[in-house]
Amino acid sequence: MPPPDPRLQLLHITKRYPSVVANSDVSLTVMPGEIHAILGENGAGKSTLMKIIYGAVKADEGEIMWNGHQVAVANPAQARQLGIGMVFQHFSLFETLSVVENIALVLDEPFDLAALAVRVKAVSERYGLPLDPFRLVHSLSVGERQRVEIVRCLLQDPKLLILDEPTSVLTPQAVQKLFETLRRLSSEGVSILYISHKLHEIKSLCDSATIMRGGKVTGTAVPRDETPASMARMMIGRELPVCEAPAYTGEQKPVLEVRGLSLTSDDPFGTALADISLTVQSGEILGIAGISGNGQAELLAALSGENTVDREAIKLSGEAIGHLDAGQRRSKGLVFVPEERLGRGAVPSLSLARNALLTAHRKGMKQWGLVKYKKAWEFAEQCIARFDVRCGGPASAARSLSGGNLQKFIVGREIMLAPQLMIVAQPTWGVDVGASAVLRQTLLDLSRTGVAILVISEELEELFEISDRIAVLAAGKLSAAQPKAATNAESVGLQMSGLFNATAKPTESSHAPA
Amino acid sequence: MHLLEPRAQPSQIMRWTAPLIAIAATLVVGSLLFWALGKPALASFQVFFIEPLTSSNGWSELLIKACPLILIAQGLAIGFKARIYNIGAEGQLIVGALFGGGVAIYFEGSDSSLIIPAMVLAGAVGGALWGALPALLKTRFNAEETLTTLMLTYVATFILSYMVNGPWRDPEGMNFPQSVMFGDSALFGILLEGSRVNTSVFITLFAVLAFWLFNAKSFLAYQLEVGGQAPAASRYAGFSAQRTIWFSLVMSGLTAGLAGVGEVAGPVGQLNLNISPGYGFAAIIVAYLGRLHALGIVLAGFLMALIYLGGEAAQVSLQMPAAITGIFQGMLLFFLLGADAFIDNRLRTPI
Repeated sequence: MPPPDPRLQLLHITKRYPSVVANSDVSLTVMPGEIHAILGENGAGKSTLMKIIYGAVKADEGEIMWNGHQVAVANPAQARQLGIGMVFQHFSLFETLSVVENIALVLDEPFDLAALAVRVKAVSERYGLPLDPFRLVHSLSVGERQRVEIVRCLLQDPKLLILDEPTSVLTPQAVQKLFETLRRLSSEGVSILYISHKLHEIKSLCDSATIMRGGKVTGTAVPRDETPASMARMMIGRELPVCEAPAYTGEQKPVLEVRGLSLTSDDPFGTALADISLTVQSGEILGIAGISGNGQAELLAALSGENTVDREAIKLSGEAIGHLDAGQRRSKGLVFVPEERLGRGAVPSLSLARNALLTAHRKGMKQWGLVKYKKAWEFAEQCIARFDVRCGGPASAARSLSGGNLQKFIVGREIMLAPQLMIVAQPTWGVDVGASAVLRQTLLDLSRTGVAILVISEELEELFEISDRIAVLAAGKLSAAQPKAATNAESVGLQMSGLFNATAKPTESSHAPA
Repeated sequence: MHLLEPRAQPSQIMRWTAPLIAIAATLVVGSLLFWALGKPALASFQVFFIEPLTSSNGWSELLIKACPLILIAQGLAIGFKARIYNIGAEGQLIVGALFGGGVAIYFEGSDSSLIIPAMVLAGAVGGALWGALPALLKTRFNAEETLTTLMLTYVATFILSYMVNGPWRDPEGMNFPQSVMFGDSALFGILLEGSRVNTSVFITLFAVLAFWLFNAKSFLAYQLEVGGQAPAASRYAGFSAQRTIWFSLVMSGLTAGLAGVGEVAGPVGQLNLNISPGYGFAAIIVAYLGRLHALGIVLAGFLMALIYLGGEAAQVSLQMPAAITGIFQGMLLFFLLGADAFIDNRLRTPI
């Protein structure tokens, strides 16, 4: 019997944009049931390639073969008809509609919302992605929105499933569950294109890998036979940078103390915070693990001062600041790097110089109510130089920067404010491997100068790399922080799912000073 | 699939070219309109846009009309940058005129030189008060200011109508709904002999400079802009949303109130039902046409004033309907917003 036709074959795909060649002569082959990794940094051209397969972008040159026949995928609807499903990294959901309505929109069939809701619930539970079909998307966290995307694809019985960085918002256990699902799909003959930069995941899941850099294929590999380091070399063209965490030898004193913080959410679908207590010492990084939607947004708003709380609930270096608003807390040495860079951490349409002013105006940039724009410009220039922000200079609009570079600018801006306490949410979400390593090292270096840092992240690997102690926020409750050496990804992952470790006594979680 | 997608870096050059494009498009469609009405396009434009500027009287009338438009638009621009849409400047103008006019009527017959300053102050207070009401409603009850400011315009109109039909009606005015004519001490001094140009010009001049400095330099203007462009960033930085709302609405009310005093203590010379030919609404167009920039607004104000004069001339010389002024104003705004849409966005390339 002759070998079966490849499920998908790309031949010499090239896509040019006015300023950049996103894909140059890219070829790859995916067999039925194969789990094929596309490995590369942000900007390597992975996403463009996937959009070409999915019909969202048209290639300038090259051919697409589907089950042995040449096809022209004109649009995503046609791709879905062929049996191609895609889970985008940036979600394509209507915020004002419910989960089930969003799913109904892409099904090319008459639907009955109630029946569909039952199917959504069944599929979502089968794959460990619990979802309430009737919740409105705008109230969902990043992690939950991704679940909608995945479930939406699975409902369509795809023959080829494209997943763009799907695990960045899942617990280790959920990742394992997803992998089981993907392996089951693969054994049923579904091909999977798996885009990621998480090397150990690719090693454990994928049958083969195509590695891309700068829009070109730089190699193919069988991940099982490779080491993460060897794949990293192919991906970034050099050794993967490793973070160094020297011991902190300076004075240790509590900088941030939160005691018995309880809060009901303004958002009807939000998570109430229940009796949260934590301490961050000078010179340490406290990591808070957990999946978005478990009170992260509420905790951040309460800590940053965007929502004020009881005066005594939050102390900064011994001073009660719970009642102070964000601006007043900043004046006392608290800085904050939010999860959303565009629109919250920076104003998209304004220049970097003007974005420097957003929080750095306290650094002698105003006098008698007037702004010294020259100072803001110089501040931005320094920040760009010191933190290696790749951009056209202080006049560039914030939205013209890549995610990683804008994040470097925002983190840099906040560091240059000489804080006592820095709160960071999802420091490397959507940032490429190289810039992520730089950002993590930057945070480590900052903490070793005596600054207290609180990092809230969904990426466990990241937390284990930079944190001194790790706590877990699940369903609005915070577990007791454990020294990094005393815990591991599995136990943190279990807590993320809400099952607090029996050895961490509940009383300890709420009252013990860390 | 959306037809438009946002541009990464909208062109600043095009941002300032857009008003010229809008003017050109207005002229093209305007000539079609003249042609459809059976008027020769060129000659009509001559009457509309050139003739008003061929006499010194025309120029002084232009200045008289441009001043209130510019003054109101300066105040509105502050709010528009912060996305606080005060569209009720007409009402604030009327209340400013009522307050200022009230002072004039109360002190009728006095020749104190303090009357004009008192009227200016009262007008500013009145306009600011009428702007503060929507601010209160928005900060307390989250009431949409686009609705409340517009609705309060009708309230102001009815108060004016009541006052000039009732308590403040000129007893010797043959029952017309109007107040007494103000005495010289309650009128701005004439600046140019033989014209109606008066010293209220200096209020506008001062406002232009003050707002230019405010926009270019002040931290508050920066905070307002951040609040308008990215409300979440404004909360993140700890800027007060309430202060933005109060400041925008009170300032725009104040400038409109001043413009109201400028009318009743200037060309109108009394309180009556026609103190403003829609300056408060036209100023919205002026603010956008001037790109919310203090100096741009000056140019836009003169253009809008010319459309008022041209509209009057077209009625007289070409027997065109009075609506012609509004049509030209509307076309200008429509084409401007259209041009802006394509500056911020581009057509999606077909796939």
